[in-house]
Amino acid sequence: MNFFNLSSPNKFQKFSKRIYPWVSYGSVMFLFIGLFFSFFKSPPDYLQGESVRIMYIHVPAAWLSLQIYVVMAICSFVSLVYKHSLADIISRSCAPIGATYTFITLITGSIWGKPTWGTWWVWDARLTSELILFFIYIGHMIVSNSYEDYRKGDKNAAILTLVGIVNLPIIKWSVDWWNTLHQPASIMKLDSPSIDSEMLTPLFFMAISFFLIFLSIMLTRISTEIIVRKIEIIKSNF
Amino acid sequence: MKAKNKRLVLITSLLATFFLGCILLFLNLRENLIYFYSPTEINESKTSKTEKIRVGGMVSKGSVKRELIMRDNEKLEKINFEITDFENSVQVNYIGILPDLFKEEQGVVVEGIFKNQIFLASKVLAKHDENYMPPEIKKMQLLKDNNDGS
Repeated sequence: MNFFNLSSPNKFQKFSKRIYPWVSYGSVMFLFIGLFFSFFKSPPDYLQGESVRIMYIHVPAAWLSLQIYVVMAICSFVSLVYKHSLADIISRSCAPIGATYTFITLITGSIWGKPTWGTWWVWDARLTSELILFFIYIGHMIVSNSYEDYRKGDKNAAILTLVGIVNLPIIKWSVDWWNTLHQPASIMKLDSPSIDSEMLTPLFFMAISFFLIFLSIMLTRISTEIIVRKIEIIKSNF
Repeated sequence: MKAKNKRLVLITSLLATFFLGCILLFLNLRENLIYFYSPTEINESKTSKTEKIRVGGMVSKGSVKRELIMRDNEKLEKINFEITDFENSVQVNYIGILPDLFKEEQGVVVEGIFKNQIFLASKVLAKHDENYMPPEIKKMQLLKDNNDGS
């Protein structure tokens, strides 16, 4: 199957229908495996105790909050340059999912921060930049939906997304560039991970599950959006 | 040039200019985004010593001294400890409840003001590092370190 064929909404619809069951059942399966490992098959931390288990939700959600933005940024670029409708649709479908993952990251981090640091929230570079990411997602949703003509909304939202890329390297490397209360990366770094392998297993399964949950929601939203736009086109022809 | 390619050039150059501007802005504002200073930076007086600041570092081994004091008919705990970055150190004075993770040889961030070379903290936050491991492995590590040392 030629990959470029997928850029046609109809072909994409067919392809998405075929992979959807695998993605959605897979996400549930990995979620159960991941939660089982998180709660029963992983040790407490030597310092944090049981609250280390919050990490198994916090860290995958944080990864996804950045990855989804990268997907949106690529789509926004393609949409502005090549005026491709599927790129707009993907971008629009991703924004609320990204916002949700960012929200989960902020909330779980806060719950972890209280017993560990002794505070719910501090205005250090990592926490602040992640909060800004949340506002950008919300801004994208507002901008893309606030025009009568959805094409105009798509265009302005795409510009917003491209401008917001500046925030991504800041989130990723804030912990290295500045003194932050948030700890530096444990896994995504050049050295070997500084997490025990028994704690890496639940993290790994949860990350796969969160990714598949993102894919399955995204595919559903894309098919709905394609149908909505087809209806719009039919309506405008009458 | 085709309209498509024109847009490609236009948008790419606009983005490049924008990001360049951001990098310049960022390099200039970098100093303002620091959440806390290290004892060495305090020593080199990178900051004025009268305003409210944050200092971060490791709690020195054996430096924590606790005493109970009475204030307004309330029993309070007064804690003295030293924060170090292994080059310079700062004496800290704190009255209140410490976070659970506060320990000697662990990271900590304190907020407060300097008075007579002593840092009067109004807030103490425990800092967690990027190492995660089960208690047994930590014990084994400590044993290994002790054996290597002897």
